[in-house]
Amino acid sequence: MSDSIIQVENLGKRYRIGKAEAPYKTIREAIVDAAATPFRNLAARFGGSRNGNEERVGVDTIWALKGVSFEVEQGEVVGVIGRNGAGKSTLLKILSRITEPTEGEVRLRGRVASLLEVGTGFHPELTGRENIYLNGAILGMKKREIERRFGAIVSFAEIQKFLDTPVKRYSSGMFVRLAFAVAAHLEPEILVVDEVLSVGDMSFQRKCLGKMREVATGGRTVFFVSHNLKAVEALCNRAILLDGGALRRDGKPTAVIEAYRASMDEESKPENAAFVYEKRQSMEGQILAVRVLNSAGSLCLRHGVLDPIRVEMDFELHRDFPTLILFVEVWTQENIRALVSQDSDWDNYIGETMQDQFPRSAGRYHASFEIPTPLLNHGTYELELALTVGPERIDTRRGIYVEIKDELSFLSYVTKSNRGGVIAVPIPWQVERTEQVRNPEGWSQ
Amino acid sequence: MPTDSLKHAEGGPLPWLLIRPSTGLSSINLSELWEYRELLYFLTWRDIKVRYKQTLIGGTWAIIQPVATMIVFSLILGRTRGIAPAGVPYPLFNFCAVVPWTFFSNAVTQSGNSLVGSANLITKVYFPRLIVPGSAVLSGLLDLVLAFIVLLGLCFYYHIVPGAGALMVPLLVVLTMVLALGMGLWLSALNVQYRDIRYAIPFLIQLWMFASPVFYQLSFLPAKYRVMAILNPMAGLLEGYRSALLNRPFQWFPLGLAAFLSLLILISGAVYFRRMERTFADVV
Repeated sequence: MSDSIIQVENLGKRYRIGKAEAPYKTIREAIVDAAATPFRNLAARFGGSRNGNEERVGVDTIWALKGVSFEVEQGEVVGVIGRNGAGKSTLLKILSRITEPTEGEVRLRGRVASLLEVGTGFHPELTGRENIYLNGAILGMKKREIERRFGAIVSFAEIQKFLDTPVKRYSSGMFVRLAFAVAAHLEPEILVVDEVLSVGDMSFQRKCLGKMREVATGGRTVFFVSHNLKAVEALCNRAILLDGGALRRDGKPTAVIEAYRASMDEESKPENAAFVYEKRQSMEGQILAVRVLNSAGSLCLRHGVLDPIRVEMDFELHRDFPTLILFVEVWTQENIRALVSQDSDWDNYIGETMQDQFPRSAGRYHASFEIPTPLLNHGTYELELALTVGPERIDTRRGIYVEIKDELSFLSYVTKSNRGGVIAVPIPWQVERTEQVRNPEGWSQ
Repeated sequence: MPTDSLKHAEGGPLPWLLIRPSTGLSSINLSELWEYRELLYFLTWRDIKVRYKQTLIGGTWAIIQPVATMIVFSLILGRTRGIAPAGVPYPLFNFCAVVPWTFFSNAVTQSGNSLVGSANLITKVYFPRLIVPGSAVLSGLLDLVLAFIVLLGLCFYYHIVPGAGALMVPLLVVLTMVLALGMGLWLSALNVQYRDIRYAIPFLIQLWMFASPVFYQLSFLPAKYRVMAILNPMAGLLEGYRSALLNRPFQWFPLGLAAFLSLLILISGAVYFRRMERTFADVV
């Protein structure tokens, strides 16, 4: 037997999308369905099919992960990279046993602790002290272990004075510090960490990275998902690139990150800026095509900070809707929703009266909008387009990645590098020279 | 890296854990549940602690609910002929059933909604999911104990001193918990898939109360309905509580049937729960 601590073999996970759990299912249907479920599964089992309830007809499925195999040795720090929807989170969820794979298997040795979110299970009404015990137990620590590490947790989180204050009165910084402190003092053989370093201020992030390095040098195995390629490069001694649910590259972080950057360059070629979607039958309406254009009207996925991004969308409705709204969401690589816009906004913004009815009859439509500039900063953004009726989405399309480049614009001309931030809007400052410095009381006069 | 560093603190080599698609019915992993007993304790403790935080009268709420129910029933039905056995004061007769019923109905409601309420935990951390409805049932026990103290006070007020039969009470409480957990497992697992359950639970509990001998005795029902009535396990249990506390003879057949049906509901609930458990995180 080798030194491997995790063996992943031909791992696959299929999700149902579409209307499998439609909210408007009637109670009658629900009861019939619920009552039938065990029997259907039973029937499927005896009929030889392995996962009976997943073979329902007319349900769209998607493989979030497919045919992934790799081995990890004890003490390795593996960075998992890839764009949104590449299967990173699904992989982590399977490794931490939150969800089951659809096929394939994982063998691992030792206790797995997963930190997929900072502060899971914290209760706002309970005090810091109480939450340390509760959260520790949720993450799999024994009471004795928590007691032993209590002091270390408190001092790492720097919350000594607020130990007996309900955490709902904590500042968000204190909350995050405490939550990370509990998780960081777990001592599992395998630590699985999702993008949690994007929260908290810089000094805290550095502290977290330091703690993770300490965990890694202690001989533990760490699985680390991040969009922060610098952190992956600094922290990991191995990286895995996932794309479309498959493992694309596996090796030294520098090489894998290089491959990831190259694949993003490849995909931002102009001819990839037109997205055409297959027609599906059972839909009430669907998005047929999306195109991303520059101000000159040609296909383009790479824009300057000052170039407006034009998006065109073709869609089709198969029935009349009393109100149907078009939606776009712009996501950053850190999974922050930077912007949400809908087609009804503009009418209600410039119109004399506001309205909430936007009737659309069956037929084909062409829609377009332009993301104004300057607005979004340097970075890669994912567009998500949707047709919505009330809270429900008739159709959604993700995976449209747009890169915004800052080539020494007003944002970076002085500093010669981009300062960060999602929003990049010039604000008129007033600066004047004055002879005397006003004292604080002078401000209000 | 040396393989021998991969060892437990106790010294043995670490066992392999296999993660793969589960097929068919899965058994309940009792040793794993035992491993996670501290989490069960902490979640129960959290539920109790949080329930009365920022309330004015705290634990008194545990008493007000059954006492108010008993007073209302006594005022409306207290004088109805045959509704309670002769010689037993109606408020006491009623309270003996209202106390366990209140525990039962709260336990079923809370455990039935527990998984959906813990969606955040379920999608982020692994632990045996049975703990969630389990702790919801356990956290009602403290309220039950408080209400039992009031019940004892009422017994002394009416000069009825519970005798040896009262030794049955712990067993009855265990059976009530078995039934509540069984229902909780069924309802919580269904609730994940079909949110209708959330709306159906209060309705179910209300109908169930009227179908159970909470404010009447079983013999108050016409004979032809009595057979049907004892198919409701709560009937046997509630009559059992009364026999135990009011020094009356036990009716062993309804009680035995209730015990059997409660276990059946618990086992089938656990099987269904385990069957659905693997999809909770994807669906909830």
